[in-house]
Amino acid sequence: MSNTLVTLRKTALNAAHRQMGARMVDFNGWEMPVEYPGSNGRPGGLIAEHLAVRNSAGLFDVSHMGDIRLHGPQALAAVQHMTFNDAARLAIGQAQYSALLYPSGTFVDDVIVHRLGEQDFLLVINAGTREKDLHWVRDAASEFDCAVEDLSDRYTQIAIQGLNGWRTLQKLADADLAQVRFYWFTYGSVCGLPNTLIARTGYTAEDGFEIYIPSDEATSTRVWNELLSAGKEFGILPCGLGARNTLRLEGALSLYGHEISDAITPWEARLDRFVKMEKGDFIGRSALAAQKASGLERVLVGLEAIERGIPRDGYTVTTADGSPVGRVASGSPAPFLKKNIATAFVPPAHATEGMELGVEVRNQIVKCRVVPLPFYKRPRTEKPKP
Amino acid sequence: MAYPPEYKYTKEHEWIAVEGETGTIGITDFAQNSLGDIVFVELPKAGSTLTAGKTFGTVESVKAVSDLYAPVSGAIVAVNDELATAPEKVNSNPHGSWMVKVTLTNPAELAGLLSAADYEKFVAEEQ
Repeated sequence: MSNTLVTLRKTALNAAHRQMGARMVDFNGWEMPVEYPGSNGRPGGLIAEHLAVRNSAGLFDVSHMGDIRLHGPQALAAVQHMTFNDAARLAIGQAQYSALLYPSGTFVDDVIVHRLGEQDFLLVINAGTREKDLHWVRDAASEFDCAVEDLSDRYTQIAIQGLNGWRTLQKLADADLAQVRFYWFTYGSVCGLPNTLIARTGYTAEDGFEIYIPSDEATSTRVWNELLSAGKEFGILPCGLGARNTLRLEGALSLYGHEISDAITPWEARLDRFVKMEKGDFIGRSALAAQKASGLERVLVGLEAIERGIPRDGYTVTTADGSPVGRVASGSPAPFLKKNIATAFVPPAHATEGMELGVEVRNQIVKCRVVPLPFYKRPRTEKPKP
Repeated sequence: MAYPPEYKYTKEHEWIAVEGETGTIGITDFAQNSLGDIVFVELPKAGSTLTAGKTFGTVESVKAVSDLYAPVSGAIVAVNDELATAPEKVNSNPHGSWMVKVTLTNPAELAGLLSAADYEKFVAEEQ
């Protein structure tokens, strides 16, 4: 770990993580847990945490994410103007994956848009782009009759993920969680805290919930500990950013700076299904139309190593005979799939499923196969199983 | 975990156990603990040469790649194949899971390595 002159920002749960002996790292200016050690009877480490989420339940502090509220007579118009998905399709109580684009069609950030009311929206944004997004949103909303509120520091955000995540949360919540559909949200009392936003969302490619509670240390720590206790019978583990990354990678969920960035468009990132060109104009729409017409020079693919070796972020992707053609966006061992996987940008001619490519790992070419995304898909159920 | 007093150590967290002309090399408990769950160990083939201070392979956790540094110069006479299929043994038994065995070409190099006591002091300062 390097010593820096910049003080890292801390979430309200920082002391709780340290108390559990978590290994802390600098994530985009935030001091966050990367993994937790095991303790009496409880396993620890990235792999155990990852498997806990896939098999049962895991708990994440995601308070470093940002929250921007847009409300006012033209809030919907403002949201439509600055995002690529169609917020008009959202019922009150529903959320969608969306993104803010630059006029060039590349990403400012990806966001989850929650419709709190007819003209009332909550955008949940990435930690590393909080300030950039806020300026962007304020600017894009300025021509609309709409207030923009930064609520980022008001909430501690905790994710309870895994098929037993809802069971854990249900023990502490008075809302009937079985009634909350995937990518919908409700309000209820959690750990005695009234009117808590409870969303069936997450970044693990597993079922689960995220709650938004007051960000004072005492409340945050109490709720965190009550969730760990409530989940004990399910073997719930506290999970750090290490497992968060391997979980989202197995599900091929984008990470800013990797699969999406200010140099990548949604077509290149294979996020076509979220782009609603027909909804009307939005920032970046004309650039996207132009790129669709002229064709893509590169596109995101999934790779699976078919011989020994681990493709990692930034490694060069080659043809089967070793000619460089692209770059790994994210690469890692996949603890649940027990394979070494990667997302990568390659020219469309090299993006055919089943095709053999290579990844330069130090001085060798490790053979990989192009596989469909996502690498992992959870078994789908409409409601949490009782 | 105690550091075996009969081994010698490097600041890059390798250990070497010497018997006659043969050195057996692995990584320390401090190293495996810092790495987390080890998923991949890349070692050279028998017959290749180690040069003291130079990298000779890698050990990988899910999150990171770490170089292995040769404590001594020599010819590799054996490689622990077990680690290709069971890399986690390095986590559970770091001082017993050897990686390579070498025939030393310059035993004087051993004098520059750390004793168990010195290594223990060194890692206490690192933490």
